[in-house]
Amino acid sequence: METGTTDYLKLVVLGLVTLFAMVAASYAWDLAYQLHMVIFMVIGAGLFLVTVRGIDEPKAAIPQNEYFDSVVRAGVIATAFWGVVGFLVGVVIAFQLAYPGLNFEWADGYANFGRLRPLHTSAVIFAFGGNALIATSFFVVQRTSAARLWGGNLGWFVFWGYQLFIVLAATGYVLGGTQSKEYAEPEWYVDIWLTIVWVAYLACFLGTIVKRREPHIYVANWFFLAFIVTVALLHIMNNLSVPVSIWGSKSVQVFSGVQDAMVQWWYGHNAVGFFLTAGFLGMMYYFIPKQAERPVFSYKLSIIHFWALIFLYIWAGPHHLHYTALPDWASTLGMVFSIILWMPSWGGMINGLMTLQGAWDKLRTDPVLRMMVTSLAFYGMSTFEGPMMSIRSVNSLSHYTDWTIGHVHSGALGWNGLVTFGALYYLVPVLWKRERLYSLQLVSWHFWLATIGIVLYAASMWVTGIMEGLMWREVDANGFLVNSFADTVSAKFPMYVVRGLGGVMFLSGALIMCYNLWMTVRAAPAKDALPTAVPAE
Amino acid sequence: MTKVPPKQEGDPDTTGHSWDGIEEFDNPMPRWWLWTFYITIIWGVAYTIAYPAWPLVSSATTGMLGYATRGEVAAEIAAAEAANGPINARLAASELTEVAADADLNGYAVSAGAAVYRTWCTQCHGSGAGGAVGYPNLLDNDWLWGGDIENIYLTVAHGIRNEEDDDARYSEMPAFGDILEEEEIAQVAGYVMQLSGGTPPDAEAAAAGAELYADNCSSCHGEAGLGNRDLGAPNLADAIWLYGGDYDTLVETVTWSRYGVMPPWTQRLSEAEIRAVSLYVHQLGGGE
Repeated sequence: METGTTDYLKLVVLGLVTLFAMVAASYAWDLAYQLHMVIFMVIGAGLFLVTVRGIDEPKAAIPQNEYFDSVVRAGVIATAFWGVVGFLVGVVIAFQLAYPGLNFEWADGYANFGRLRPLHTSAVIFAFGGNALIATSFFVVQRTSAARLWGGNLGWFVFWGYQLFIVLAATGYVLGGTQSKEYAEPEWYVDIWLTIVWVAYLACFLGTIVKRREPHIYVANWFFLAFIVTVALLHIMNNLSVPVSIWGSKSVQVFSGVQDAMVQWWYGHNAVGFFLTAGFLGMMYYFIPKQAERPVFSYKLSIIHFWALIFLYIWAGPHHLHYTALPDWASTLGMVFSIILWMPSWGGMINGLMTLQGAWDKLRTDPVLRMMVTSLAFYGMSTFEGPMMSIRSVNSLSHYTDWTIGHVHSGALGWNGLVTFGALYYLVPVLWKRERLYSLQLVSWHFWLATIGIVLYAASMWVTGIMEGLMWREVDANGFLVNSFADTVSAKFPMYVVRGLGGVMFLSGALIMCYNLWMTVRAAPAKDALPTAVPAE
Repeated sequence: MTKVPPKQEGDPDTTGHSWDGIEEFDNPMPRWWLWTFYITIIWGVAYTIAYPAWPLVSSATTGMLGYATRGEVAAEIAAAEAANGPINARLAASELTEVAADADLNGYAVSAGAAVYRTWCTQCHGSGAGGAVGYPNLLDNDWLWGGDIENIYLTVAHGIRNEEDDDARYSEMPAFGDILEEEEIAQVAGYVMQLSGGTPPDAEAAAAGAELYADNCSSCHGEAGLGNRDLGAPNLADAIWLYGGDYDTLVETVTWSRYGVMPPWTQRLSEAEIRAVSLYVHQLGGGE
């Protein structure tokens, strides 16, 4: 009776969405909007039909005593898939910078550097990183709360809704639908869609925590929760805009000038802080103790560094705007908070590394653990480099140079990439009930390809970044500039090739991982009796 | 409950909780970590007292050191201007033709001009001044409007065919697509190609272009195609081409004409800077 009512309500909503999308597609002002409305229409109509067909059928009951692992499995596949896509686009644009001829004339306006660059950043941060976070947080919150994911099939809505967001964002960039805010490029209706999905995500996560059967909330879940809540706040604030028309993708920001820049980098920096740091620390706090089979080093450290990190990160954004129209006081505060943030950031690294006390010997035999530990090393390196670069006088050299790009990538490839790979290697045998991975030797190959690739990337960008910064400020005896901008561009060429090769190595490693995971599912010996059942109290 | 990994000898106490087999040691925070954290906080407080930092109602604290990024830049600019002020004044007052003989002034002007060039001119003329399609090479002896220092100065100061400066150099080639038949354009293009020693696709048509050239083109480009600097009309008899000397490009040029624009620099650069960059270009190799 009750499910019947829900079905009819669902039909009404889906019908209205389909109808609106149909009208919008025909009135559309621009191609990106039109394509997106067609996508909404097709999905809405498809779900409508499925719902109509199953309206009086009995629904399969949701097994309350089992973990909701099917959505995590889907998340693992999506993470691997989007990872490869994102890395591939990264390699393409790296070589477009080295060889501008690769901005083909026939693809101009679709696949030139300007269009592909946001595709790359969003694909790796939001598609690869986002799927990794959703999948691992769903896995971890269930295991550490000893409860099935809250919300019935809401987890599936979060998963598919998020994939739809990714497709809308990606196709939008290629077709020119962008609000030109870094890491927040999707236009207003895509933002609204993400908000809906994110609220559902928060509900699933928080619901599970509320119904947990452990007396305390595990530290990984603090980090995941901080990530989900703060990203919601950041996303909404930075996307406050007024659509020019309900029939087009273009919108106008509510803030303007330096206020807009400040909100943008408050968002941009905390996308790093909460998406790429807090969320991934949540991942770290589960998978490293699991893989090392050792208790977490210090509970006290985890509390103090958690609250310090959460409190301090949110103020650090202005260091992206040194020497701009931003008032000096804001710039100083951004820098000071960034430097105080150094130790709280390192708290996570220390807690992770020291967890290996008594298990260091495993690094010799377990390449998955080696990957996780190396990710912490890169995390420590980039969270030292970040505060250093936020110092005003260092920033005057590093800002606008490739040093920034290198910094971001030692964090993204080294920390986010490697810790995610480690989590995937841990998860696949567990989720598909396999005794072990298909090949540890292939994991080793992946580890070395990725690590050397990152070192090539980061080192080449340090060289070009510092070189270019020095060339820009080089003056002769009379105080005149010695180099033109084009001189710096041509001087960087060899390092751009090195960077591209580093990217190729990182991508190759990821492809090896996909093969290894695929073969684990297909060919590794099965294991029964893995505890997918929620443990009884 | 999920299995908890076995303890090792010498392990400290745990907090007593276990989540999916994960426990936590009750270790204290590393002292060096805690002290470094404290020191950064103390440093942070001190720094915000020394530098502008805390927002108030309608302004912010200015810091005890009186530092401001804008002040820092202004001081650097003022210092540079003070250092170069006298020599800039001398450059602005000198006869352009006499600067080359004054080693000090010339050396200064060339390095200043090079900096101006790198900032404002490379975008079109290339960082090596070798030019690009539609943007003249400044290294060779071929000049559209004259290559002596006075003429280079005039071109830089006022620009070419722009709307901002009434003294800009001006001329306009007609688009012969409206005047001649397609066949005639082909003949003229062939003839022009021959002028510079090229081989047109149809020699007979090119020969027929001679009369058309004399009637339509020679008034600006000259009987022999040597050009006219008063009109900025290019020499057609040499091997230097601004837009390309192949047959198809010549047909395009004759049909649609060309209208290259250069901005005036008097509104953006100082008199000394304009003189400096003119002298720099003059000494690149082609100056007359």
